[in-house]
Amino acid sequence: MVGKMEAVNGVKSGSNSTASTFQSAFFKPDLSLKSLKLKTKQQELLIRVSILTLVYILAFITRLFSVLRYESMIHEFDPYFNYRTTVFLTEKGFYEFWNWFDSESWYPLGRIIGGTLYPGLMVTAALIYSIIRFLRFAVHIREVCVLTAPFFASNTTIVAYFFGKELWDSGAGLVAAALIAICPGYISRSVAGSYDNEGVAIFALLLTFYLFVKAVNTGSLAWALASAFGYFYMVSAWGGYVFIINLIPLYAMVLLITGRYSMRLYVAYNCMYILGMLLAMQIRFVGFQHVQSGEHMAAMGVFFLMQVFYFLDWVKHLLSDTKLFQAFLRITVTCAVGVGAIALGVGTASGYISPWTGRFYSLLDPTYAKDHIPIIASVSEHQPTAWSSFMFDFHILLFLFPAGLYFCFKRLSDATIFIVMYGLTSMYFAGVMVRLILVATPAMCLISAIAVSATIKNLTQLVRTKSKVAHTGSTKGTTSGKASSKASLDQSLPFQRNGAIALLIGAFYLLCKYATHCTWVTSEAYSSPSIVLAARGAYGNRVIFDDYREAYFWLRQNTPPDAKVMSWWDYGYQITAMGNRTVIVDNNTWNNTHIATVGRAMSSYEDEAYEIMRSLDVDYVLVVFGGVTGYSSDDINKFLWMVRIGGGVFPVIKEPDYLVNGEYRVDKGAAPKMLNCLMYKLSYYRFGELQTEYGKPPGYDRARGVEIGNKDIKLEYLEEAFTTSNWIVRIYKVKPPNNRW
Amino acid sequence: MANLPMFLTLISLLPFLCYSFSPENPTDRRILVVLDDIGLKSSHSIFFKSLQTRGSELDFKLADDPKISLQRYGQYLYDGLILFSPTTERFGGSLDLGAILDFVDSGHDLIITTDASASGLIRSIATECGVDFDEDPSAMVIDHTSYAVSDTEGDHTLIASDDFIQSDVILGSTTIEGCVKQAPVLYKGIGHSLNSANSLVLKVLSASPSAYSADPNSKLSSPPLLTGLAISLVSVVQARNNARIMISGSLEMFSNRLFQSSAQKAGSSNRYEKSGNEQFVTELSKWIFHERGHLKAANVRHHKVGETDEPAMYRINDDLEYSVEIHEWSGKSWEPYVSNDVQIQFYMMSPYVLKTLSSDQKGKYFTSFKVPDVYGVFQFKVEYQRLGYTSLSLLKQIPVRPFKHNEYERFIKTAFPYYGASFSAMAGFFIFTIVYLIADGFHSRHQRPVIRKLAGAKFDRIVSITIFIFNALVMILHCHHSLLALAAKSFNEEVGSFKIPRSHHTIYCAAEYHVGIGKIMKLSF
Repeated sequence: MVGKMEAVNGVKSGSNSTASTFQSAFFKPDLSLKSLKLKTKQQELLIRVSILTLVYILAFITRLFSVLRYESMIHEFDPYFNYRTTVFLTEKGFYEFWNWFDSESWYPLGRIIGGTLYPGLMVTAALIYSIIRFLRFAVHIREVCVLTAPFFASNTTIVAYFFGKELWDSGAGLVAAALIAICPGYISRSVAGSYDNEGVAIFALLLTFYLFVKAVNTGSLAWALASAFGYFYMVSAWGGYVFIINLIPLYAMVLLITGRYSMRLYVAYNCMYILGMLLAMQIRFVGFQHVQSGEHMAAMGVFFLMQVFYFLDWVKHLLSDTKLFQAFLRITVTCAVGVGAIALGVGTASGYISPWTGRFYSLLDPTYAKDHIPIIASVSEHQPTAWSSFMFDFHILLFLFPAGLYFCFKRLSDATIFIVMYGLTSMYFAGVMVRLILVATPAMCLISAIAVSATIKNLTQLVRTKSKVAHTGSTKGTTSGKASSKASLDQSLPFQRNGAIALLIGAFYLLCKYATHCTWVTSEAYSSPSIVLAARGAYGNRVIFDDYREAYFWLRQNTPPDAKVMSWWDYGYQITAMGNRTVIVDNNTWNNTHIATVGRAMSSYEDEAYEIMRSLDVDYVLVVFGGVTGYSSDDINKFLWMVRIGGGVFPVIKEPDYLVNGEYRVDKGAAPKMLNCLMYKLSYYRFGELQTEYGKPPGYDRARGVEIGNKDIKLEYLEEAFTTSNWIVRIYKVKPPNNRW
Repeated sequence: MANLPMFLTLISLLPFLCYSFSPENPTDRRILVVLDDIGLKSSHSIFFKSLQTRGSELDFKLADDPKISLQRYGQYLYDGLILFSPTTERFGGSLDLGAILDFVDSGHDLIITTDASASGLIRSIATECGVDFDEDPSAMVIDHTSYAVSDTEGDHTLIASDDFIQSDVILGSTTIEGCVKQAPVLYKGIGHSLNSANSLVLKVLSASPSAYSADPNSKLSSPPLLTGLAISLVSVVQARNNARIMISGSLEMFSNRLFQSSAQKAGSSNRYEKSGNEQFVTELSKWIFHERGHLKAANVRHHKVGETDEPAMYRINDDLEYSVEIHEWSGKSWEPYVSNDVQIQFYMMSPYVLKTLSSDQKGKYFTSFKVPDVYGVFQFKVEYQRLGYTSLSLLKQIPVRPFKHNEYERFIKTAFPYYGASFSAMAGFFIFTIVYLIADGFHSRHQRPVIRKLAGAKFDRIVSITIFIFNALVMILHCHHSLLALAAKSFNEEVGSFKIPRSHHTIYCAAEYHVGIGKIMKLSF
């Protein structure tokens, strides 16, 4: 279906007056026009398909660094949960998965997993798995999970191609596909092993946008329907669907305001919204949010506005009197807006429409989370983006983006307005949160692709027309495209051809640089599984720290099956997935109080913490410690967040108690409470005896570069159960109450 | 060399010994008696004999015996330990403070007795068990008002006390049946105080209010540290693992001499032919060695009402039955334990259900209750702690899950307007489509161009109409949804638990399935 529509479209655009690359190649003088036309078209198709195939393969293999360098393993934190649920899904079937109540996490509250996750990723992986099994390939589900993200990244390149083609032309599409295939901003979330929602969600996001733009361009219900299904897939896969359900109404609104309202838009938007909404309601986690949550109200408002517009259009058609219509227009618009406002007000006041959530606020206002929701602010990927990471993730796209915007504005259409809005809004969000660079990446690639494609096309045209001018002066008149007319204008300039060649070489150089940069970033920065750490040894050799898995394996083998492990929430998913033990809190941070309780235990004195741990039936406490290896994202460095989150719920925990003159330190000058709280004790227990670095005193913390302040740590209520070979993970057993006291 | 045959017999007996005693059948104890003077064996023979006649096997060792050891190859050789070695500063063999405490912490019983010459070692064992002997090494308990009247008017260090703990379980009920009043216990030794931080130690025999602890041979220069009721003469500890410890400051209390001597408390006309020592010590040793007050729970079962198998997980609002059998060890066999104060908690951070179990008077306790409307990981918790009895702590973890998607009611009365709305909308859709497609003249002239504008293809036209209808449908549904929410609210107040969302899903599904779009959604159900 898609292919067919494309073909039709291709012919259309070909017959249009827009100047495309092959059109200029069209008029080569010394060959028969008719036979050449077919041949070049075939050639062009062949080249296009082979480029796309190569890009498709490239997108896949560039993400395999992590598998080659380490092994086929799941990365990071959240993917372990996704992996665990996928295994559950393949083993127990969809109904069990849908109704899954997990008693192993959030002890003793439990978690309804079936109703609190986006199942798209797991269902996709399970489907791929069953297809592969059906084809009689004996693969392990882990391999499927590891390779899901690269596979979908490859598919994204295809979507990017079609999107680019829809926005500009097929050249831009090809460039967009190539750019997005290796863009680090996207690779960071889609390397092999990064089995996370974003892996498939970016594909779904781009697909939805593409289909919607296609629907707006054609006014076809079929495309709108397809876009609704794309939206359904997106909703099933990632919470970022909220971006779509707000961007599309915003886009519709902008079109309405700029007077670009058309029947095409009406059909596309209404169909997409209503069907998309109904479909999205089938996802248990989303449920009735589309009609009940403040975040989705914009879409509904625009939907009603659209009806008012349609109605007005109809009335305008009926009424020939413009004056009467103006009056009518005024009344209707006032009424509509008034009714909408009242409905919203009543809905909000009665609690039917829930107000915006903190996460939404923190997106709009970068400082909000820091003041109000420490649990959001504590996540490193929720921090505001530094300029360097923009440069790191986008490289030349950062400079091509404004150029692309220029081209878009120059050839304004419904489609380019969409990509401009997508680009600008997502760039704003990317500035608010590091992780949202991911959402901005497709827009950056597409807009930059337009810039690259348009520039190179202009330049090549310059290079070619020079030689052509003498022979076919007449053909130039027929080409009314801007590029060629510009070319004819610029003809008078000196050194034009050489300049064009130089610029072409420059562009080529930049793109080469981009490719090398992307590959370098992928291999150096984004292919680390973060569960296995790598460092350079003293002789430049690669040292592997496999402490996490060592610790989880120890838990799995040496603790009773119903043991409860308390750790900071970062490690919850990994403990349940790899250690197969019950955890108190995990990365699904749905219950702030529970997390705050753990934060409180970690920041209390040992005896107070013991009471808390007893009340939660904790058997083991797990802390991550980087003092020996110099691993900086350990629990001591996260500790202030524990204090803040704990203090947010339990005011007995006060942040200033852990600071000295507003400074966070662990050495001799540290606050007394800091030196004696549970986290400090558990991290530095027996550390005072250890010589970590030559020429430094024992108890020298390499992660913070200081000698610790409390070297004589005695544990009364806990005992050391296990410490991994590099001391990264330390596990303590909570002692039972004293037998004789 | 002399020990070799004994060693060999011990080795050959070991398999028997290992199985002679078990928590299930607590008879035939092996008890190690550590003496610092072999003469104690004969001077305290009545006490030892009473133990032996009750089935215990005593193994006498001198405190400095180099072969003395509590365990061999990781197995404890004894079930109880009696320390009659007040002066010992160091035991022979591997016996030391840590070994004794480990012995207790692994569930074995201990009797510590000392006298005025208590050594540091004995004191530190006692301290670890929660009692502190008077630190003055020459101090003894002196009582000038309730001393034991004896032939030789002494320094009032032999005192007669009848201030017992009020517990039939610990001291046996014979006191009530037997004589009118229990004869006082003759006591000569040092006093101790209970550590207030220890919540497990109990005073079994207390000194009278007029007693004090001081050196009887010297003048009191300063007020004594230990006086009156703060002085405990005999204390017991039941550890959390049910190991029992008895601590006494008087070795003489166990001696044949005091067992057999007559007793008269000063100021009292009652003269007893025989002191209460034998009865007191025997009954207390029965308790110490778990011949009394030992409970066990068996057959802990829980299941849904009407079923017999124990489920791995309950659902909220399930009705369940819980039962447990509690037995008491009578010294010979397990007898049903009868009481009416056994309670069960259904516990998740706090008890959601707290019920007293009903009893069938044959040791079986049972109840039934409804699982609360809260999901999570619960525990069946029976915490039974009564004075003198071993503590019963039965914990059984059980998750409680919410309803599955197909466990809600399919049709609910309050939602009838809602069903009506969706079905009428569906009917309306069909009628509208048919009329639109067939009756061409249905449209007035001015409507046609608008609709024609929508799309050219026929398929598109059908879908466009679908969307109109969906618009209408959704608006109607929204109206009804709010109505339903109101209805549900009132319904909620009546019935208690009521879930809306599921019915909505089915309705949306039904509507969409009808128009042929919702097949995918249908799959999800």
